[in-house]
This record gives sequence, C-alpha cells and structure tokens, in this order.
Amino acid sequence: MKKNSPINFHPVSTPDFLPVEQLQALQLQRLQAIVQRAYDHVALFRKRMNEADLTPEDVRSLDDVTKLPFTMKSDLRDTYPFGLFASPMKDIVRLHASTGTTGKPIVVAYTKADLGVWENVMMRSFAACGLHAGDVIQNAYGYGLFTGGLGAHYGAEALGATVIPISGGNTQRQLMVMKDFGSTAICCTPSYFLHLIDEAQELGISLKELPLRVGVFGAEPWTESMRRRIEHDSGLKAYDIYGLSEIIGPGVAMECQCQSGPHIFEDWFYPEIIDLKSGKPLPDGEEGELVLTTLGKQAMPMIRYRTRDITALSSEKCECGRTLRRIQRIGRRSDDMFIIRGVNVYPSQIETALLKVEGTLPHYQIVLTRERDLDQVEVQVEVTREVFGDTVGALETVQRNLGHSIETLTGLHMKVRMVQPQTITRSEGKAKRVIDQRKM
Amino acid sequence: MKLKQLSLFLENKPGALSRPMRLLAKAKFNILTLSIADANQFGILRLILRDWEKAKKLLEKNGFVVKVTDMVAVEVSDEPGGLAKILDVVEKAGLNVEFMYAFTEKRENKAILVFRFDDPDSAIKFLQRHKVNVVASVDLLKQT
Repeated sequence: MKKNSPINFHPVSTPDFLPVEQLQALQLQRLQAIVQRAYDHVALFRKRMNEADLTPEDVRSLDDVTKLPFTMKSDLRDTYPFGLFASPMKDIVRLHASTGTTGKPIVVAYTKADLGVWENVMMRSFAACGLHAGDVIQNAYGYGLFTGGLGAHYGAEALGATVIPISGGNTQRQLMVMKDFGSTAICCTPSYFLHLIDEAQELGISLKELPLRVGVFGAEPWTESMRRRIEHDSGLKAYDIYGLSEIIGPGVAMECQCQSGPHIFEDWFYPEIIDLKSGKPLPDGEEGELVLTTLGKQAMPMIRYRTRDITALSSEKCECGRTLRRIQRIGRRSDDMFIIRGVNVYPSQIETALLKVEGTLPHYQIVLTRERDLDQVEVQVEVTREVFGDTVGALETVQRNLGHSIETLTGLHMKVRMVQPQTITRSEGKAKRVIDQRKM
Repeated sequence: MKLKQLSLFLENKPGALSRPMRLLAKAKFNILTLSIADANQFGILRLILRDWEKAKKLLEKNGFVVKVTDMVAVEVSDEPGGLAKILDVVEKAGLNVEFMYAFTEKRENKAILVFRFDDPDSAIKFLQRHKVNVVASVDLLKQT
C-alpha cells in the first residue's frame, strides 16, 4: 500500500469539527429558514403543511423536523420539470437532470449560492480523504446532466488541485492519461474502476507503480469486500463518497482517512433514519431509510426527502475528530431489494457471495423472471481471464462454486450463468444490478 | 514441439459462434483446425491458426476472453487401429488426455491429431521414447 501524506488540515474542513451544540444551533437556524422558504415558494409543500395543520413557526427545535411532511421521488416526477423550484428562473444558474431510466427524468436547480454550498462540501470531501493543492485529480465521473462530473470538478478546482476533466469512458485513454499526467487521485464509480484495473492488467500497466493513491468512489452502492479487492489490486486507498442529485449531487457525505463510513456534512444536510414501513424516526445506530433535509438549498429546498438508501447513523466519535455523524456504507437501497420466493434479497448479498469465490470480479446482474407462476433468479456473471480455461470442467467448477456461495449466503438456489465480458449494461458508469422481467 | 491453441468463451445463444468467425475471416486468418466443447450454458471454441498471437489480440480487442494453451500434435496412421495404438502408449504412461481433436489436413496417409495433456512436456518426451511421431509445430504452421 502506498503511503498517504500525513493528515493535512485544510481550513475549509473547520465546520467538520464544530462542537455538537453549535452545530445543532446552526442546523436549527438554517432549518427554520429553509422551511419558511419552501412554505412561501413551493405550492406542493405549502399544501401538505396546511393539510397537516402546520406552519413554519411550528419548527421550534430540531426534533420538530419529524412533524414535517416527507418529500418523495415521485413528487419530483409529478411536478416535472420545474414544479418544486423556490427561486425565479432569473436566479437559477444551473440545471441538472437524472437519466430517467424509468420514464421522465427528474430536474434539479441551483442558484449561485447553491453552487457555492456544493463547491464547499466537495472541497471538504476531497480534503477529508487527504487531497490538497498539488494533487492531480482525474475526474472520470460523467460531465453533463449527471451531477457527478461537474460537482467533483468545481470542488477539486476550488481546493487548488489540478483537475483532469476526462469524464467517463474511453478506458485506454483514461489509463494513458493516468500514467502520463501522473494522476494522484481518481473519481469514478467503483464498478468502472474495477474495469480500469482489468484493462490496465491487459495492457501490462501496473497501477501499483503509478503515483495514484486515492480513489473517490460513489454514485452506486458497493460493498466492503469490493473495497478490499480494489485496494489490493491497485494499491490506492478507496474512499466512499455519498450523494444524490435531489439533495445536491456528490458531496452529501464523505469518508475521512479512517475509512469508517461517510461523515454527513450535517451543517448543510440534516439526516434522519426512519423505519421503512411506519415512517417513524429511529435512534442513532438503528438501520432504516435515510431521510435528508437540505438546510441551505435556495433553488430547490428538499424537506425530509426519502432517499431509499438503507443505512444507520453513527454518533460515535470518529478517530479523525470530526463531530459530523457518519452513515454506514450504503450497500443497498430499498428500491433494489427484491423478494424472491418470499425471501428479501439485496444485490449486495450476491456481490459478497461472488467475491468469495477466487478469481471472479463483481461484474454481475440479477435477472428475475417468472415461469409458470414461479419466481426464477438468474445471476449473470461476466467471465474473466482468471477463471477461464480451455476445459469445460474448470469453468463449470467456478459456476458451481458461485452458485454454492450464493446459496450459503441467501439460502436460495439461483441459476448462475457466465456471460461475455462487457455485456452487462452500464449507464453513466453505473451498473444496473437488478432486471425484473416478472409480469405481475 | 508444442502447438499453441486459442480457446474462446462463447455464450450459448444464436450468433455466438459466427461473431468470432466473421472477425477472423475479415482479417484473413485461416483456421487450421478447430473444435467446440459445449456445456449446458456456454461453449468453448478451440482454434489452431498460424498467426495465433495476432488473432488473439484481435479477438481480445473485440471483447472476447482468450486463453492460450499448449497442445501436442501427433501423427497417426490412417488405418483401423491407428489411434488405438497411440492411446495404448498414452494409457501406459498414465497420461491424462483432457481432450483431443483432428487436423483437417492429411500428410501421406497419416492423420494428425492434437492432444491436450495436463503436462505437455513430459507427454512429448514419453511419446517420443515410444516411437510416436510428434509433429513439430513449425511443420504444421508452414505456409503451403
């Protein structure tokens, strides 16, 4: 493992270390202002507040946040494109949108001040994992409507690092640039980085001998075993960044050098964990759905947005000294969970099972079908050079081992099918893990 | 002495075989011999060609997983019992044959078979000691 530079305190990280009392005072102040703003300018929010017989004055303490109505992803779709904006168009300087794989995309907006907040949290994200001026950051998140590329770009520039705005794709060029420009950090999805590792190997490039030392990976759920695999194969330190367009983009939470779960930038994003079914708030340490309230977003305030991401909040003190609470690594989303023959399964369980078998890489997809009223699961795994030989027996053994590993972990028998490399579709570098073809 | 074989992973679906074949044809590669192993859900295509290194690069560039293995080519007289004689030798030596297939070309009433052994080097030594004619790869790959 390459050495990281000693902890280097960047002044922009100061709010990460606020005493809890002051942090909470700041949160309340900002919460009251944002609720007032949403109430004044967003018709849907005002209607829901009125229905619940609430006014912004009812928010007197941080705990009062739990009285407020939730915002759902469907609200963004129903009010497409601009229905949740709280600023007039003349104050909005940027729009982003989701890919909209299922129907209409969702649109998000930023004022100049909002872009400032975004830049601030992205700077703090990079600083938290030990990056600073002098680092060369290869930004392989997609540039465009997707928030990943531009979000990371402005944060890295503001930090004073050298940014390579290479965007996603074109793996061979990524590797050439990484080598020739001496990138010290890369931002991309973890599954794309795995692909870079494969390709580097094929081209005879040893990532361990390059200056690359930090990976800022996000935009899709991944597991601890995938982190270990990445670190082992490339020699860099892999950090988990969390974010979502509806809230701001990347930079909602980021891991520090202790790598023990992303710290939420709580001074800008107020987190809660709720029970999936009842919607009731859960105490720190308990697992449930993450709900976020943007404390400073002017153009599009999100009050109690249900992220569908499943995690727990930890208020235990982190060794780095940050007072910001951490979320557990997000390995699963309530959206991704599928129920098969009555058993709840998350793609992360399949991923863990696959990684247990030597020589396989977690490029996989889960296809659900229904045959004669019976649910069928097929796990498709891309073949790699490590597992492929010229005999049928060797590959069948791998297939059997994979199936066995899945069965041990989930208690379910799933068909495993080996497929050609690069045949599992990736959008914006994100792998779509579950394809549900069941007709209900 | 050893002959290089390329093996390719194929999915078990229509068009899986024709894609690599079209690629090789377009680049004017001539296939000397081939064999296909089919399992339930996938297949393995094994190829012997002259310019195997270039062919491997081409296939990999087009997303195939390609493995190179050493094969042993053996001359067998084209008459009843020809193969049985060779297999007797193989059996006596306790050599394990993973699989074998034949060359399309014949040389003076002799057929050529390619064998995949666990340990090709000791197999070659043993076969030669027992007067089995192991064909040098250079002879087989010669342009005719």
